Amino acid sequence: MRPIAKALLCFCTAFFLGAVQAQELSPDLLVKNVTLEVVELIAKDREIRGNRNKLIQLIDEKVLPHFNFSAMTALAMGQSWHKANAEQKKRLTEEFKTLLVRTYASALAAFSEQKLDFRPLRAKPTDTDVTVNVRVLQPGAQPVPIDYSMEKTAAGWKVYDVMVGGVSLVANYRTEFNNTVRESGIDGLIKTLSAKNRSLEAASGAQQK
Amino acid sequence: MTFLRNILLASVLAGCATTDGDPRDPFEGFNRGVYKFNETVDKAIAKPVATAYRDLLHEEIRSRVRNFFSNIADLFIGVNNLLQGKFQDGVEDWARFAFNSTIGLFGIHDVASDMGIEKHDEDFGQTFGRWGVGDGPYIVLPILGPSTLRDSVGKAFDLYTDPVSDFRPIRLRNSAIALRLVNVRADLLDAGRILEEAALDKYVFLRDAYLQRRRSLIYDGRPPREEREPQEPVKEKSSAAPVNVDPAIDVDNVYLPRTPKNYEAVMAAQHATHR
Repeated sequence: MRPIAKALLCFCTAFFLGAVQAQELSPDLLVKNVTLEVVELIAKDREIRGNRNKLIQLIDEKVLPHFNFSAMTALAMGQSWHKANAEQKKRLTEEFKTLLVRTYASALAAFSEQKLDFRPLRAKPTDTDVTVNVRVLQPGAQPVPIDYSMEKTAAGWKVYDVMVGGVSLVANYRTEFNNTVRESGIDGLIKTLSAKNRSLEAASGAQQK
Repeated sequence: MTFLRNILLASVLAGCATTDGDPRDPFEGFNRGVYKFNETVDKAIAKPVATAYRDLLHEEIRSRVRNFFSNIADLFIGVNNLLQGKFQDGVEDWARFAFNSTIGLFGIHDVASDMGIEKHDEDFGQTFGRWGVGDGPYIVLPILGPSTLRDSVGKAFDLYTDPVSDFRPIRLRNSAIALRLVNVRADLLDAGRILEEAALDKYVFLRDAYLQRRRSLIYDGRPPREEREPQEPVKEKSSAAPVNVDPAIDVDNVYLPRTPKNYEAVMAAQHATHR
């Protein structure tokens, strides 16, 4: 009985320490650790690049916990967000998340071991909303900046927007979302998004056969 | 050529049907037509050629080609930096040109980047933007793609001053221009696939990305605070929405730290409902 209790206690302590550490991690270090881990995993596993489902699984495990998708969806929707009820918001977030993850998987598959330059964080320690700058270096071209907008939450730092080369991923959906909402309402947008996701799923399924 | 003209005509007419009345894009109907035309040409010619180019030639060789043209472009990137008053950047561009043209063997090796002299991205459209010229209406140019009125004029200057167009004999010049186009298109193959996947309406997605990208380039990655669009809602009083984070945040302004006052409460509520 004793050893088990002791082991359990150890386990719990380790767990809490781990959790605390995860929260205390500064946003730039968090981005660096996660990015390097993902890049290394992809470099190690030759097959993963071609296997979309495996890539998505990797993203699910390593990257998604650090994103705040409801904030991203709210930002992408702009004023239309307030027209949605709780259930609709949940479904929108779910569908938008699926779409973004799939896009992210495509981008990762195209990543060919360019050099990464993690910029020092320019923020006060008390800031709760910061931008973390990473740059992708490539010969013969200007470095491409990737900026993660992050917010401090009770569960650690969470990304709520990614800007690639100055293009905010979230803002870029706003016109599309608003157009769809104006034409066919919130439910129309949910339908459009889920149709898009299903067709992408079907296409990648066909590719893998 | 009549074939091309017919596609252009047909698609321009077809495109005139739909517009969403975006103030930045008053010619949306026409633009969608040209966009469709470009897509048709791209699918029929540019994309297959670029795909073959990428599959046939090793990345080593393609990067030499990329570097060669990139090096030539540095000349006028430098000019544009000087025109914008960024003297250090301009001198760096010319230093790049000097090193890469000599040690880098006519530019096929980007030795300057290895030495830590970074490449810049400038053109006349950006220079005019820096001088205070607004975007003007969004325009999709045939073959060349997304642009604005200002950037189209800039593009005309870019093409006029393009050193590659001075290559002689004419056949060499034409081959060089074609090779450059194919190389650029080949580099965009992955981006094109991502666009296909990410966008609900590719035209709108590409337009918005172009406008955001140009804005960022003009201010070298640090655009000033943009005026809030008038239809954006004033911050909602957070009584109902459990999932919030103030959708009216200036998305264009995320690099300036912002402190949402209700954050702890919102996150607590969110976790309570989700877990």
